[in-house]
Amino acid sequence: MHNEKRRLIKHALLLGAFSLLPFSLVSQAQADTVKVGIIHSLTGTMAMSEASVVDAEKLAIEEINASGGVLGKTIEPIVEDGASDWPTFAEKARKLLENDHVAATFGAYTSASRKAVLPVFERNKGLLYYPTFYEGLEKSPAIIYTGAEASQQTLAAVTWLMANKGKSVYLVGSDYIWPRTTNKLARASVTKQGGSIVGEDYLPLGNIEFSSVINKIKAAKPDIVLSTIVGGSNVAFYKQLKAAGIDSSNQTLMALAVTEEEVTGIGAENLTGFLTCMSYFQSLKNPVNEKFVAAFKARYGKKRVVGDPMAAAYTAVYLWKKAVEKAGSFDVPAVIAASSELTLDAPEGEIKVHKDNHHLWKRARIGTINAQGQVDVIYESAPIEPNPFPKL
Amino acid sequence: MTFDILVMQVFSGFSLFSVLVLMALGLTIVFGLMGVINMAHGELMAMGSYMTYVTSVVFQRYFPDYMGWYFIIGIGVAFVVTFAFGFLLERCFIRFMYKRPLDTLLATWGLSLVLQQLFRQVFGPKEVSVPTVQWLQGAWKVTEGLELPLNRIFIIGLTLVIAGAVFLFLYRSRWGLRIRAVTQNRAMAGAAGINTARVDAVTFALGCGLAGIAGSSFTMLASTGPVSGQQYLVDTFIVVVFGGVESLLGTFLSAFAIGQTQISLEYLTTGSMAKAITLLVVIVLLFFRPNGLFAAKVRR
Repeated sequence: MHNEKRRLIKHALLLGAFSLLPFSLVSQAQADTVKVGIIHSLTGTMAMSEASVVDAEKLAIEEINASGGVLGKTIEPIVEDGASDWPTFAEKARKLLENDHVAATFGAYTSASRKAVLPVFERNKGLLYYPTFYEGLEKSPAIIYTGAEASQQTLAAVTWLMANKGKSVYLVGSDYIWPRTTNKLARASVTKQGGSIVGEDYLPLGNIEFSSVINKIKAAKPDIVLSTIVGGSNVAFYKQLKAAGIDSSNQTLMALAVTEEEVTGIGAENLTGFLTCMSYFQSLKNPVNEKFVAAFKARYGKKRVVGDPMAAAYTAVYLWKKAVEKAGSFDVPAVIAASSELTLDAPEGEIKVHKDNHHLWKRARIGTINAQGQVDVIYESAPIEPNPFPKL
Repeated sequence: MTFDILVMQVFSGFSLFSVLVLMALGLTIVFGLMGVINMAHGELMAMGSYMTYVTSVVFQRYFPDYMGWYFIIGIGVAFVVTFAFGFLLERCFIRFMYKRPLDTLLATWGLSLVLQQLFRQVFGPKEVSVPTVQWLQGAWKVTEGLELPLNRIFIIGLTLVIAGAVFLFLYRSRWGLRIRAVTQNRAMAGAAGINTARVDAVTFALGCGLAGIAGSSFTMLASTGPVSGQQYLVDTFIVVVFGGVESLLGTFLSAFAIGQTQISLEYLTTGSMAKAITLLVVIVLLFFRPNGLFAAKVRR
């Protein structure tokens, strides 16, 4: 009995000593580092798209650290896995804000995961940089949106298509919030410009059987197919389109969720000649982008490619750095205040944070996918003022 | 609807039927014999897809002149690897869980997660692109408006061959005789001198091998990624359960019914609605025939 008690005390002391150890390390480290959070899905369905966004964010952080950090401090990224599960996203976001006290967070990819973390960031007065092009209809004091919203992608694309490619449109998408909202906006815009919607189809996420949809497209003979299919379904859709004899020689098709990253999975031969609309393409010719692409390939391998959300995520880290330096502190309200009207030379060209709505002034670019899986730009808009609540 | 579209729709229905049969065949055999519900069936298909991918990479690098042949070899490789994996799996894992159906459910589900992460570690989280061989690209133009995709014709053909081979194996070979004997009455078969443990292992491996072939041929239709298996699993289960879990004929008929229904409904409504209506019909029918379309008489 006596012995056991002594052992218990010994263990308790030992445990106590151990638990002190990391704290002392942390307090030592705290002096010259600043923590930021990265929250993306590294496992589950969305890992496919999000893992490479993490790569881009880490690259930006490494570059900044190598050139002296922010306000003399080294950035220490804390990476959390949202596991393609929205409650997990919210939980991990809370952990980053309440336990790690991160200065800013880069992350979320799907609209569903953003909606899940939004209240957490608002309640804890946190700051989130969101890198994905999305449907708009949102504005939060805690989020800075570095991707395009609908008026900078969907509506720009529809306007261009109406002017250049024809009037009848077939809408096909995966069945969840982004495609449905996007198509609602697209439909309003098409009808307003004198076009017509000749078909609208939604397929469950992960669907792999497209033969009926393809037959419906064949029967409707639209001038334009506008696709908002996402993820693995894309591979099935384009492979089956090609097998059914539909390609760019006999059908105009614009994909709104296919970046260079997706092209490698689908196979460029199934997509050659189809159109895509984004703010950023790897093929853009400007010094910032050439440096970014070269650095990315040097860090992660020659075969890797870069897509729009990755560039937007990379931009986000630099945007945060610039805002912090302008504010002279890591304090979140100060950084948000300093972000207003902030400009930056990003891989996609010069961008500017809007003074009210936390979105970016961006260009919409339309390009054709070539046999090498890259995109040849055929149209580039002037910078478009972000308007997450467009009137249609 | 024009005549061309009608023909293409019926053809699509046959194509989906063959896809469903390929998916479900392995699962039916395994479930029928051992009562094991293999939740990792989808991942075994994904393994088959990845093996085909590996074969294509090897061919591209070492035998670029024979690229046209890689797909046939790829199907073979997929079968051999998943068969071997299934054999090991049964010997090292599944056989300790017989007579505990709920535990196997959980264990194989866990296995599916492990396999998914394994694929992610080895091949990366992104989908890999498996090239379709030249002679299966494009469509057969019957008339001007009537085009039938070559890869679907190939899959229909492959399904017929595989189904024929499985039938011959089960009903015309000594192994098949033993498998059927064990399915019908395990204790009696054992008493008659059949090594039931070996029959179990071979049958399970065969089921896995069939999953591998299915996965391999689906590289032409769908994506190959760590979670691709999940895309197939639900459909597979619906077909097997609806058909009556122990019946090969039931599997065929249920695949045919579901395939044609879904394709027609997709044309008349939208993709999501079609899936919902199909499921609803299946649920209602199962309500009246809880054992599926065909319930084999089995002594347990």
